[in-house]
Amino acid sequence: MAAELHVELVAADRNVWSGEATLVVARTTSGDIGVMPGHQPLLGVLESGPVTIRTSEGATVVAAVHGGFISFADNKLSLLAEIAELADEIDVQRAERALERAKSEADAAAERRADVRLRAVTGH
Amino acid sequence: MGAQLRVYKRRIRAVTATKKITKAMEMIAASRIVKAQRKVAASMPYATELTRAVTAVATGSNTKHALTTEVEAPVRAAVLLITSDRGLAGGYSSNAIKQSERLIERLRAEGKEVDSYIVGRKGVAYYGFRERKVADSWTGFTDSPAYADAKRVAAPLIEAIQTETAEGGVDELHIVYTEFVSMMTQNAVDGRMLPLSLDQAQDEDGAKGEILPLFEFEPSAEDVLDALLPRYVESRIYNALLQSAASEHAARRRAMKSATDNAGDLIKSLSRLANAARQAEITQEISEIVGGASAMADATAGSDK
Repeated sequence: MAAELHVELVAADRNVWSGEATLVVARTTSGDIGVMPGHQPLLGVLESGPVTIRTSEGATVVAAVHGGFISFADNKLSLLAEIAELADEIDVQRAERALERAKSEADAAAERRADVRLRAVTGH
Repeated sequence: MGAQLRVYKRRIRAVTATKKITKAMEMIAASRIVKAQRKVAASMPYATELTRAVTAVATGSNTKHALTTEVEAPVRAAVLLITSDRGLAGGYSSNAIKQSERLIERLRAEGKEVDSYIVGRKGVAYYGFRERKVADSWTGFTDSPAYADAKRVAAPLIEAIQTETAEGGVDELHIVYTEFVSMMTQNAVDGRMLPLSLDQAQDEDGAKGEILPLFEFEPSAEDVLDALLPRYVESRIYNALLQSAASEHAARRRAMKSATDNAGDLIKSLSRLANAARQAEITQEISEIVGGASAMADATAGSDK
């Protein structure tokens, strides 16, 4: 059995996902970072972007995370985000509508949020 | 029906209607406490993890950040006071206001100017009536605050603390809110959010003495701290708002319960009075009839002779 790390994905008002994983890929301000079990203690600032968690059962969990932090110590990884949604919680049509609206209103932040949501669903 | 009796009946009806209202408010508040408590519990993981991260950066790196180091001679402090939008919650708002008055007095005694920031219509009304200066105020969400509300409240506070004191910024950030201990106990408390004292952060974490590992910072310790502290303030404010909301509902439930009990007592004593009035009326009527009958009897007896 491969080594595992414990992941807690928490949003400001709820616990989004927690469980064991073998690999977590997240986007920090200085680029994508992959964390595997036994990584050195790390504390980073996240960009809004998709977070990919490969669980120990081999499944892949994708979440859209809008800003926040990643912290890893003692084989325990915490992803803190103000807003975080799992891919299967995201309403694609709503996100598409939000993207359209954001584009027409030239709201860069909203456009980015909608874009991240859509990418988390489609998996690119 | 006699006038006296009618007045009692009317009062009983009025008190019964009031009792129904207070009973309904009591039950609504009771159901909301549970909801509010659940929200407090749901926000805990984020707050704990964030506090842990802040402690880790502040202890694990040698960075001197403006928000973690104490200013030698602080001249201005911001006080955030959290009250309720609505009344009928017993001493809830006034306790928080009293606590803030004590804090402000203490800060003034230490020679600091105080900027007041207020959440909730009751606090705003208190300051408005006394024509005191309010730096900023927010109303309309104390019942069930969302994270976005906490962000809105935090934004000007963070801006104020990041501004140089000479340009109107503040050196310290205090918060006064009502801590939810249990259904029966809620305490108005004050605490300093910034500059961060590390013992305090560790206490909240409940992990005193835990040795934190040496972190690698991405991109750098300063940047991480820069990004962390505003989030930390927001999360603290969010937690305070949620606890205050739970406390408000608990205080309202208690106030409404005693109002309902008092209404019950009042109805009881009024019914006794109404019964006595009715009885007195009947007695009077009987004595009038008896008196009338005997007068008639006397008159007929007299004419017979």
